[in-house]
Amino acid sequence: MKDEREIVTVTIDGIEMQAPKGELLIRVAQDNGTFVPRFCWHERMKPVGMCRMCLVEVEGVRGMPPACTTTVTDGMVVNTKSETVKKAQDGVLEFLLINHPLDCPVCDRGGECPLQDQTLAFGPGESRYVEEKRHFEKPIPISELVLLDRERCIQCSRCTRFADEIAGDRLIDFGERGGEMQVITYPDDPFTSYFSGNTVQVCPVGALTAKPYRFRARPWDLSAVETSCQTCSVGCRGSLESSSNELVRLLGVDVEPVNHGWLCDKGRFGYEATHAEDRARNPMIRRDGSLVECSWPEALDAAAEGIKRSLDLHGPASIAMVGGSRGTNEDAYLWARLAKGVIGTDNVDAQIGDGLPAEVVLGLPGATIPDLDEAAAIILLGPDLKEELPVLYLRVRRACVDLGVPILDVSAVDHGLSKYASATIRHLPGEQASAAREISAALAPLIDGRSGPIVVVLGRSDVATSAEPTVAAAAIIREIPNTRFLVALRRGNVRGAIDLGLAPGFLPGRVTLDAGAERFVAAWGSAPAEVGLDTAGIFNAASEGRIGALILVGADIVNDFPDRRLVRAGVGGAGFVICINATVTEAAADADVFLPATVWGEKAGTTTNLEGRISRVGRKIAAVGNPMPDFRIASELALRLGTDFDLETVEEIQDEIARVAPAFAEVDAQLLKRARDGVVLPLALHRDELVLEPRRIPVIDFSWEPIKPEGPGEFEVVEFEVVEPVLEADASDEAAAEEESALPVDISNGAGLPDAQLFVWSAQHAAQPTPGRDNYALRLSAGRSLYDNGRTVASTPALRALIPAQTLRVNPSEISRVGVADGESVRVSTARGSLVLSLTGDANVPAGVAVMPFNIGETGVGDLVDVSLVVTDLRLETLR
Amino acid sequence: MTSVIGAPNATETRIVTKRLRDRPEDSWTLDGFTQSGGYEAFRAALKLDPEAIGAEQVAAAGLRGRGGAGFPTGTKWSFLPKDSYPRYLVVNGDEGEPSTFKDRMLIENDPHQLIEGIAISSYAIGCNLAFIYVRGEFALGFERLEAARRDAHAAGFLGANILGSGFDLDIVIHRAAGAYICGEETALLSSLEGDRGMPRIRPPFPAVAGLYAKPTIVNNVETLSTVPHIMRMGGAEYAKLGVNKSTGTRIFSLSGHVNRPGNYEVELGITFRDLIESPELGGGVRNGGKVKFFIPGGASSQWLTGSDEHLDAPLDMDYVQQTFGVMLGSGAVMVYDETTNPALVAWRLAKFFAHESCGKCTPCREGTGWIEKVLYRISHGYGRPQDLDLLLDVGDNISPGLNAPFSQTTICPLGPSAVSPVVSLHKFFREEVIAMCQNNDRALDVTASDSGASDLGAGE
Amino acid sequence: MAFTPENLLLANEIVARYPKTKSAILPLAHLAQDQDGYLTQDAMREIAGMIGVTPAEVLGTCSFYTMFKRDEVGRLVVSVCTNVTCLVMGGPEVLEHLEQRYASDKEVTIEEVECLAACGNAPAMQVNYEFHESLTPGSATEIIEAYKAGELTARGVSGGVAGGGQG
Ligand SMILES: Cc1cc2nc3c(=O)[nH]c(=O)nc-3n(C[C@H](O)[C@H](O)[C@H](O)COP(=O)(O)O)c2cc1C
Ligand code: SF4
Ligand code: FES
Repeated sequence: MKDEREIVTVTIDGIEMQAPKGELLIRVAQDNGTFVPRFCWHERMKPVGMCRMCLVEVEGVRGMPPACTTTVTDGMVVNTKSETVKKAQDGVLEFLLINHPLDCPVCDRGGECPLQDQTLAFGPGESRYVEEKRHFEKPIPISELVLLDRERCIQCSRCTRFADEIAGDRLIDFGERGGEMQVITYPDDPFTSYFSGNTVQVCPVGALTAKPYRFRARPWDLSAVETSCQTCSVGCRGSLESSSNELVRLLGVDVEPVNHGWLCDKGRFGYEATHAEDRARNPMIRRDGSLVECSWPEALDAAAEGIKRSLDLHGPASIAMVGGSRGTNEDAYLWARLAKGVIGTDNVDAQIGDGLPAEVVLGLPGATIPDLDEAAAIILLGPDLKEELPVLYLRVRRACVDLGVPILDVSAVDHGLSKYASATIRHLPGEQASAAREISAALAPLIDGRSGPIVVVLGRSDVATSAEPTVAAAAIIREIPNTRFLVALRRGNVRGAIDLGLAPGFLPGRVTLDAGAERFVAAWGSAPAEVGLDTAGIFNAASEGRIGALILVGADIVNDFPDRRLVRAGVGGAGFVICINATVTEAAADADVFLPATVWGEKAGTTTNLEGRISRVGRKIAAVGNPMPDFRIASELALRLGTDFDLETVEEIQDEIARVAPAFAEVDAQLLKRARDGVVLPLALHRDELVLEPRRIPVIDFSWEPIKPEGPGEFEVVEFEVVEPVLEADASDEAAAEEESALPVDISNGAGLPDAQLFVWSAQHAAQPTPGRDNYALRLSAGRSLYDNGRTVASTPALRALIPAQTLRVNPSEISRVGVADGESVRVSTARGSLVLSLTGDANVPAGVAVMPFNIGETGVGDLVDVSLVVTDLRLETLR
Repeated sequence: MTSVIGAPNATETRIVTKRLRDRPEDSWTLDGFTQSGGYEAFRAALKLDPEAIGAEQVAAAGLRGRGGAGFPTGTKWSFLPKDSYPRYLVVNGDEGEPSTFKDRMLIENDPHQLIEGIAISSYAIGCNLAFIYVRGEFALGFERLEAARRDAHAAGFLGANILGSGFDLDIVIHRAAGAYICGEETALLSSLEGDRGMPRIRPPFPAVAGLYAKPTIVNNVETLSTVPHIMRMGGAEYAKLGVNKSTGTRIFSLSGHVNRPGNYEVELGITFRDLIESPELGGGVRNGGKVKFFIPGGASSQWLTGSDEHLDAPLDMDYVQQTFGVMLGSGAVMVYDETTNPALVAWRLAKFFAHESCGKCTPCREGTGWIEKVLYRISHGYGRPQDLDLLLDVGDNISPGLNAPFSQTTICPLGPSAVSPVVSLHKFFREEVIAMCQNNDRALDVTASDSGASDLGAGE
Repeated sequence: MAFTPENLLLANEIVARYPKTKSAILPLAHLAQDQDGYLTQDAMREIAGMIGVTPAEVLGTCSFYTMFKRDEVGRLVVSVCTNVTCLVMGGPEVLEHLEQRYASDKEVTIEEVECLAACGNAPAMQVNYEFHESLTPGSATEIIEAYKAGELTARGVSGGVAGGGQG
């Protein structure tokens, strides 16, 4: 946001400095290199002035005001280091320590503890306290993930404020009073926030600890790399930390445009999946009906052979590639090049039946996350963000609650943000288009003179309804002036995959086959001429025997695709199946060749979040066994099919992407390395947002701020040092300084290739009518819950226990209509199949609608959905 | 006893307490109230320009808050931002300062007087919804206030278009639940909002953003109970009572080792000696004894002793603060005779503050508990001679310069208040305390047997 | 126990008095405590539901205040002041005597409290928030016995008049 505050002059410890009027003194001091010690103050929360550690002297002000609640005024003269201040700091630290147990040797925070650090820097040397310390039962679980040691708590209220102000889950609070004051949960009401892990991170001592990390490592044994989380497509920045080649922790890094330092618990603890027991270590080929381990050359030869056979017999259109949304951009690019440039097929789709057509994803005017803060209004037409894109939920909530941006909620059922909405348009699943027609009228009173863009969070709200109604709605909303879209796709790098051509009809860099034909023929030697099939189309074709070789890249396709019968038929009907994955999934078990792949944490590269922001992911550990990164597997297959990509490193791939893929122009390896908060595509529209300075760390604060500055070496952790706010100079490059002004980077990279127009969606969409619902049927809405049977959760011991029980939620009136008791099982039938499910009454579910989360339980939504239908209507029968 | 020409009489000057003394049988009823001139001042006020009431009456009267801080009421009202509505009047009836018992008396025995004061003040500041925050333990007071509110409503003194003036006022009576800190005005507002009663950071001051973040005036029960009399007498006339900037009368809650403990409304400016010894007031120390020390302004204040210099000091808020660093505070005067062990009193006060600390500020949460533990040891025979100096330094970290409760490293003055007894011990009883520590004397043995549990209090 | 129908009506009326519903926590907790004899977990949950906050918030607020008893107490809660005036006027002796006398009496809960604003007639105590002043150990016992025998009518545990007088 533009800071339009008046600039005032403040003198701190004799040094004059400029600052915006009304800014907090503690921040002004810090920005100018003076660290005022603090515990309760947190950059992202409202100041409370509780701990009293930051007391300073201000000339003309009686007593010692806390720097964290004092705002600067012109001519203010501040002393942060006087004898009086020193004495107060000594005093506060002594007070904090009198009741603090000195169990630092067994405390997770020991060694990276602000209480330790600040005692060293500012505190008294010895204790004069001879009385008995306060005692509490040591640690008590406040949830499945977090433990509380009340003896260590210094009552800074960071955790309780986080729960209240940031997450909106006020399930922890202070209880009791005075010396007895302690963090509490309500009995039998644990802190089940999706964001609970953040409290562990913001706790300045070891009072809150995370179960997965407890006693796992000492801070000085940790090495870290800054990375982006790939659990969902928000792409939160974090510091990924390992000890003895094992991932042990992910801490959120405060990135203004993305996550403000927060992570959801799935992202935070999901690293455990990397170390799952069932990780595949070696390639396998099918021999005598079963998969057996073999060498890489054997497996790659077999895979290439399978592709070649189909190519020779039936041509490129007989080959299909599904998946690829969980890897890096470099992986995606080489998969696309393999499929489209080498094999020549356009039957390529990174989305697996739960997203939106690439036209919509690529062709709408994009919004960034920070646009939410300045929006005139936010329209929510898509998934439950709290369940699917949790940190985006935090950002939308903040825009609304803290910044007053009104929300228009267009949805079929209540979701996590419904209670914050200023207006709501309810519709039956499948009726998004008619709901969209009401938006203009509903929006007017909300905007009421507010300026800024209208940010539309657009996505599939559920997988039981096809993409069609959402596409039709998008076409209608697109007509509203000043709208920008955040396309809410879910998987980690799905946006990057689509941007890089893993979608039918598109080539890397947001160009259609048509528009890019000439350019890519020039760059690659060939490109497909015919638009291929999407995932559903591929499985249909495969089930009819028209796919000779199917390449499954990642994904647990049988569970992730909404229509299980179709996947099984497709995989079963494909002539030859190659599976690239981290574990042997159900589909992989039927494969002819299985190629083990490395996963997040084991490989470097870049990822793209839902804004189209590219940021780097870091490699922290070496994989166990012999898995390979996807991009290398793709290169090896290409080589065996006769094309040598000649790309050895991630940087070389990045440079090729920048040269060839139009939307990536200028975004080469060097820029990616320097752009602190990532690069939003296309650069031409987002150049202003580039930040090329390294992150800055306050001097004393460092041990608890999870920012480990990256040095030139990618994989190793760099010695900690205070970084000056200057451009990180490339040591080898003499002209670094000049180059700073000369940005953007050399444009001539892609010169010589024919131009290709970036795709813009015409929004000409002939909406297909949604079939009506008959009165005896319920319409299914199958969104997702954060914890589901997906690979991350299922392979993470800490999270597995949190998967909710499967139930079909309906309005209580439906329960009485069927004539069963709440919780009783009934038979649920759709055009596709039938299941026995327990029925729960929920007054928040509108009559006529049934709600069931996708991918929970052994059988479920996937057995009820027919992807060829627009909606899924179901009937209930008693079992009696 | 000294007597100074022109000094106020060492007798009661009953203004605010007149009715409840005159008609103990029905002073709390609507009939008792109206028959003794009640609601006339309100009637008259409704005919005046609201703004003039604050400026020309309340400010001119020199009325200063009776809750503890002694802030000029008219000035406080003038801080309300113009044109910002709704605004609230919140009555502080949380009276919890140890040994203060005047507000309870006013609430129980003259609730309509308070309601009339609220009504006039609300009219003056433009408030249509007032809250009375009553201490939770005052069950009877709450009932009497509720009944008074209902009766006043029925009689048309509250509600919509009061007495045809176009002025609307409702009052919500809110019963607290036992937390001394909620007497602090910002903690009170948090409590009234249903939160934990923790003080808030100022600025913003309540007058700008108080209850529900709206402009809010918080005034004490006695302060507002005085307002009808200022209207009746006229501000200028009221200001003739008292001394210097301590105008009018105040109710002093006198307790401890005096012959006639009780509430006495006196003109400001009489001396402590007058209050304690005058036959119509305290009636002297029990058993013909002498004052060893007394606590002049409620538990938060530092102490004074039985010296002439201290006893002859006038009840003048500014004088006592400037001369001795003590305060008249809530108007409680606790008197201790020579049988009293000061370390025991100090410990009990520290225990009180430790128990009542809200826990928000580190120095208060941790420091009050520390002080309490050390004073416990000292008063129970386990003191170490160096403990008093340790306490002073700990106290200095809560109230730098040791002029508690006026300087603080905390948000509110509660933490520093716990330092007052420590400083007082040091100033006046250092030798005695160190001797106790050296001899391992137990204070309890010294005092309890002498305190005479059967020696029932006289007074009212 | 949930609010009785009459108390529920009263509770709704209390909530409606305030510009923001959360303000009603204290009065509602008093009401529940008078009804149930102490502040039960069910009551706090019900209050949370009525005013739209989490139960943790209600507990956070209620546990701040000493008048709310979150464990069962006797029908008569006797609060004896030992603060600085009562301290020197015999309060601790009254407390000690009552504590011993009623140590095993389930009907009576003795507690030590801070200054009750009755210092003019110290020492003082309250029985379910009804004041009793100028006490001796003997007179204090007599008063409690009078309540037990029904010669004196006790308020509710939270000080309300019998029948939910938080009106
Ligand atoms: C710890 C503490 C306790 C207080 N308790 C009370 C109280 O019980 N009653 C009261 O009127 N003021 C009390 N005050 C003073 C109030 O904060 C406030 O100054 C007063 O209510 C304002 O009203 P007045 O200006 O009419 O005095 C207390 C202050 C502090 C710091
Ligand atoms: S000084 Fe004590 S009572 Fe006052 S706000 Fe701080 S912790 Fe709370
Ligand atoms: S950091 Fe300012 S008071 Fe805690």
